[in-house]
Amino acid sequence: MSEMTYRDAINLALKEEMRRDPSVFVLGEDVSLYEGSFKVTRGLLAEFGEERVRDTPISENTIIGVSVGAAMGGLRPVAELMTVNFALLAMDQIINHMAKIRYMFGGQTFLPMTIRMPGGGGSQLGAQHSQSLETYFMHCPGMHILYPATPADAKGLLKSAIRSNDPVIFLEHELLYNCKGEVPDDPDYVIPIGTAEVKRSGDQITIVAYARMTVLALEVAKLLESEGISCEVVDLMSLAPLDTETILTSVRKTGRAVVVDECWSTCGLGAEITSRIYTHCFDILKAPVKRESGLDVPMPYSRHIEKLCIPQVDTIVRAVREVMSGSY
Amino acid sequence: MNATLRNVVPEQELLRFYEQMFISREFEERCAEQYAKGNITGFLHLYSGQEAVAVGATAGLHRDDYILSAYREHAQAIVRGADPRRVMAELFGKSTGLCKGKGGSMHLFDPSLNFMGGYAIVGGQFPIAVGLAFASRYRGEDRITACFFGDGAVNQGTFHESLNWAQLWQLPVLFICENNFYGIGTEVHRSSALASIHKRTCGYDIPSEKVDGMDVIAVYRAVKYAAEKVRESGRPYFIEATTYRFRGHSMADPAKYRSAAEHDVWKARDPLPNFARKLLEDGIATRDVLDDIEAKCRQTVDEAVSFAEESPWPEDSAVWEDIYV
Ligand SMILES: Cc1ncc(C[n+]2csc(CCOP(=O)(O)OP(=O)(O)O)c2C)c(N)n1
Ligand SMILES: [Mg+2]
Repeated sequence: MSEMTYRDAINLALKEEMRRDPSVFVLGEDVSLYEGSFKVTRGLLAEFGEERVRDTPISENTIIGVSVGAAMGGLRPVAELMTVNFALLAMDQIINHMAKIRYMFGGQTFLPMTIRMPGGGGSQLGAQHSQSLETYFMHCPGMHILYPATPADAKGLLKSAIRSNDPVIFLEHELLYNCKGEVPDDPDYVIPIGTAEVKRSGDQITIVAYARMTVLALEVAKLLESEGISCEVVDLMSLAPLDTETILTSVRKTGRAVVVDECWSTCGLGAEITSRIYTHCFDILKAPVKRESGLDVPMPYSRHIEKLCIPQVDTIVRAVREVMSGSY
Repeated sequence: MNATLRNVVPEQELLRFYEQMFISREFEERCAEQYAKGNITGFLHLYSGQEAVAVGATAGLHRDDYILSAYREHAQAIVRGADPRRVMAELFGKSTGLCKGKGGSMHLFDPSLNFMGGYAIVGGQFPIAVGLAFASRYRGEDRITACFFGDGAVNQGTFHESLNWAQLWQLPVLFICENNFYGIGTEVHRSSALASIHKRTCGYDIPSEKVDGMDVIAVYRAVKYAAEKVRESGRPYFIEATTYRFRGHSMADPAKYRSAAEHDVWKARDPLPNFARKLLEDGIATRDVLDDIEAKCRQTVDEAVSFAEESPWPEDSAVWEDIYV
């Protein structure tokens, strides 16, 4: 184990996979000479050279389209979109092409590619740069979606993504880049796609979360422990496929749940999870499930009102207390 | 620029150019200070070095003409007439800001000045500019639309689609590329197959011209000529102004990808001291006159900072306002 930041864990995963497989290459805006706008690709150019670490024009749709073609042609591209907001310019290649090609061509080809993109709000970047678009991707079959909460998970999941023969969207939370944690040194440390993890066990209430929301949920669990509320935190890690079984097992144990997501509430990922809980656990729930989500508004710049738009430790605490005191 | 400054532009106008360039620089440098203090947060992209483009170009347009830009747009808004106090308040996220604190540095907007926005998605402003120009023509208005953008934006699909569209529908759009030679850390020849950006318009048969963006008079003359062409013909025109940003891409960027030697070459072409020298040499201003202008600008920016500091934060309820009409 080595202690490192989320950023460095991702960087390490990239380097290890590039060393392991010469068909892996990296492309994106400012990823090479500039080493990434969040410095995630630091040292890649120096170690792997220009052919494998490629700066691109500001042409998001084509970054993904070229990755699709390169993957079809036998390479293993890892594309970086500078932030998830710019994926909206690439939605045609992502949704109409990347996610369709294998199925529509009757399984005759496959696309072993990964798209990395930082995202999330909370840095006063305003409405066009603060979006949490995970639900946009989840809605579409044909690709996997991963979103790690810890440095170790970031390493293990990214390595799985790069080794996967299916297209993977790998989201990174901008506010987690500097968070530190213990990361396994094993160059074959991989976390299977499609598994959630109980990050803290408890027996009175389940908090389902992912990425930065998991970090907040763990804080909440710690805070509430002193009040005698025992929270179990389920970290999704993989948004598609969703590990429904791990969620349901936890809720069957606790009988109560709060689902936390950072995206807009309407049709958000929390809605899907809540629906699965109701479908399968309706008869054993002790109180209605509560959702904590981003507000259904474009993100305002000003810091105090921006805060109101994203779940915070205190709003999650309030939700947990409500569910604890609720009943049917 | 040569000794005939006066013959090109009236004296008062020349002094105004200097004042506008000076306040633009002063405003940006104060923003950097306020960012360091934590009063401005998020992304902050400063315009220092590029002032001659905003000032020369705005002077070449009519007040009625629409202006759109990207996220490095403080100076363009202020030169167009936006109240520096309200611009600074926006950067502070205060309710008195140009957009009530909801937009921030990258999203200034003031329809009363026909300043139709700063956009943070690279290339997002191109089609909007074309649409505005269409609305103007449809309504029989005499205005044109000036669309500012950077060298990095020309590889977006919207750039090509919008150039084609503007020519096809014969719309009065003046495209103004501020080529500062870098898109974040990527030099223009590393992102564009044809680095001479103004030549790209040949595919759309749009006339284009390259101008020295460190020379406010050259920019003014080129834009004035181009704007008249666009107004007369109702067709698009394209200007590439070569310039340089003296700071990093944003406050987060130490700009290590540029050599000190390169920086020095451009610093020697700094539009402010060079234009000041020209004004003095031509006897258009004395040092005292320039000192007065500079003092006045500093005071205006001081007032902008105080105004922003003293202004109230938005109310919580503001979160739910302005989503729908
Ligand atoms: C669609 C999109 N992709 C990427 C970015 C990130 N980004 C912000 S500014 C920038 C560089 C733009 O360079 P240029 O157009 O030359 O403008 P300059 O910053 O030099 O004024 C990039 C890549 C973005 N904001 N939008
Ligand atoms: Mg540029």
